[in-house]
Amino acid sequence: MSKHTIVAWMEDKPGVLARVANLFRRRNFNIESLAVGHTETPGVSRMTFVVEGDDRMVDQAVKQLLKLMNVIRVEDVTYKPTVLRELALIRVQTTPQTRSEVIQLAEIYRAQIVDVALDSLVVQIVGPEERVDSFIDLLEHFGIVEMVRTGRVAMTRANGRNGKKRQGSLGV
Amino acid sequence: MTRKREGADVVWEALLAEGVDVVFGHPGGAVLPIYDAMTKYPVRHVLARHEQGAAHMADGYARATGRVGVAMATSGPGALNLVTGLATAMMDSIPLVAITGQVPTSLLGTDAFQETDVVGVTLPITKHNFLVTDVHELPWVLRAAFKIARSGRPGPVLVDICKDVQTDITDRPLPDPAEIHIPGLERQPSVDVEAVHAAADLINRASRPLIIAGHGVLMAHAERELQALAEKGSIPVTTTLLGIGSIPETHPLSLGMSGMHGEAASNFALQECDVLIAIGMRFDDRVTGKLEEFAPKAKIVHFELDPSEVGKNIEPTVAVVGDAKEALQHLLPLIKERHHPEWLRRLQEWKAESQARDAVNLETEDLIPPQVMRELWYVTGGQALVASDVGQHQMWEAQYYMHQRPNQLFTSGGLGTMGYGLPAAIGAQVGRPEEKVWAVVGDGGFQMTLQELGTVAQENVPVKIAIIRNGYLGMVRQWQQLFYERRYAATPILSPDLVKLAEAYGIPARRVTKRSELHQALKEAHDADTPYLLDLEVVEEFNVYPMVAPGERVDNMLRRPLVPGEDGLTPAW
Ligand SMILES: Cc1ncc(C[n+]2csc(CCOP(=O)(O)OP(=O)(O)O)c2C)c(N)n1
Repeated sequence: MSKHTIVAWMEDKPGVLARVANLFRRRNFNIESLAVGHTETPGVSRMTFVVEGDDRMVDQAVKQLLKLMNVIRVEDVTYKPTVLRELALIRVQTTPQTRSEVIQLAEIYRAQIVDVALDSLVVQIVGPEERVDSFIDLLEHFGIVEMVRTGRVAMTRANGRNGKKRQGSLGV
Repeated sequence: MTRKREGADVVWEALLAEGVDVVFGHPGGAVLPIYDAMTKYPVRHVLARHEQGAAHMADGYARATGRVGVAMATSGPGALNLVTGLATAMMDSIPLVAITGQVPTSLLGTDAFQETDVVGVTLPITKHNFLVTDVHELPWVLRAAFKIARSGRPGPVLVDICKDVQTDITDRPLPDPAEIHIPGLERQPSVDVEAVHAAADLINRASRPLIIAGHGVLMAHAERELQALAEKGSIPVTTTLLGIGSIPETHPLSLGMSGMHGEAASNFALQECDVLIAIGMRFDDRVTGKLEEFAPKAKIVHFELDPSEVGKNIEPTVAVVGDAKEALQHLLPLIKERHHPEWLRRLQEWKAESQARDAVNLETEDLIPPQVMRELWYVTGGQALVASDVGQHQMWEAQYYMHQRPNQLFTSGGLGTMGYGLPAAIGAQVGRPEEKVWAVVGDGGFQMTLQELGTVAQENVPVKIAIIRNGYLGMVRQWQQLFYERRYAATPILSPDLVKLAEAYGIPARRVTKRSELHQALKEAHDADTPYLLDLEVVEEFNVYPMVAPGERVDNMLRRPLVPGEDGLTPAW
């Protein structure tokens, strides 16, 4: 069992998300995260899924997705050089004493402060999940009031530009 | 510029353009405009007594004709009654288009009278479905529905049409099917010639080859190629339940069905073969038994149209994805002429051993279901179209009616839907009026859809109905006998006087209780040009053998004892 990242392009039509969600539920595939949005092509949306499973199960997921009429293309990018990113918004408790510490941490992680209140800060971080995870771990010491993560989005790297595989997971 | 017309007219226009000449349905408020428009078009409508019947009729029609079956129903309860029929068709890859009415667009999502989210409900049991809220989309959607239903691995498609859309006006023409572009249809696999070579190589080197032919062979019309392959390579052929008819069952290389109630020789062969050539089948658990120990000595070659079926249950050594006919055409010239006398001799021995314990040998005046099925085979010259229901009789039909032709047996294989048999037979008969069509049903399943006798009578559909009445939900009773110490919980079932019931519908009928009356009764029914119902009072506690208990190895079978009654389970004569 390992985590796989699957990217799927589909027609941007009503009910398509329901079809995909239904398929995963019915086939007993475990979706860890799912991110949907528009693409460069009008009428085409793009989903990035993270599914937990062995290679055979993920192969099934891809093949089953391809049976949906609205699905245009599916790619398992797990073993390809890929840029993987996630965005998180985290509201952290602060006191006059801890505020600057949080801001410092944010700088180290190249995160941004996007909302400020007397007793809290909202920090936005974009990066590979590992970096987001470790940032969140640190912020937990201050007390996380609220958090939202978008789930992984993925884009494969142009072929051979970096020469190395698995670049994406290094967070470069 | 197409002339302006209402959505309801577009429906019939599209159906006619698709070559539809019969629709099975049941009207209601939300489809009234479509029914009203129907009177203007040369289409036959068969009024089912229940929408489940309509869906099964469309299914039987589709299986018998190879064309798309059409079922129609109103919103809410009408559409919901189609659900079992759609799921049945989905599991067996049957091309259907179901057209349902929906509440007007202005009421969508308000829990209006007879509103159901039909697209939501049928999402997992259709190949695709549509909700039409704009009349201008209707011409495209209907064309797309037919195209999706019949292309690739076929399946049911539902089109839910809001009532106002049915009366709205559009001037959009029906598109040419070639202009319909749907991402899911753009990926029809083409046969990989390299894989075919690898397959041929394995097959040519086999010393104990076996073919298992599934529904895909029939759907691809690859029966001739299959038989040629079998004969050239001297390869015995077993089939799945839905693959029956892909080779004449009297062919010397035919082993009959395999699986849970398969022929012993077939199941032994599966476990002993060294190369298994699976064509158009999906390694269903009813076929494989215990998956981990299935075909343990075999390298597997899998010919399959649907890529998702490859590697789903069984990882093949070689997979050829694509149309079975095309693949076999590539394969045939590469196959060496071979003889496997030792292998075929072993199969003969297994067959002979089965014959020694065969229920057809039993000498009794009581009606024994296998003997009834074999007699039906004699009387009909093996040429009837048969729709069977689900249960013991379905297995006896599959075992003892030795099908000779493709598309001669219609049965709910994947879903095992009781109540399928009678309406499917009606649909098959409507689609192929020149053929003799028999419904072989149990007393349980018959009572799930017997209201369709009304359809038989009203439409004067000359189907012959053989009710194998054992007074039990027989297949369940058999499991209770074998695995629940004979506690027959909720399986005894009473039937009405079936002869009187038929007569109440004006359908000729006869009851048979003795072996000596059987031939004459079957013949009388078969020769009638009216519908005919036979109430066949068979021995109550008769079991289907062989039987592979669920989860067991497929060659670990409960067999009929060599001496009747020896096992304490079967009656002794
Ligand atoms: C709709 C439906 N309900 C329940 C079942 C479970 N089931 C399978 S076989 C069977 C008994 C069938 O009895 P009958 O129609 O009398 O046929 P027999 O087995 O006696 O030949 C039942 C209840 C089913 N397959 N389908």
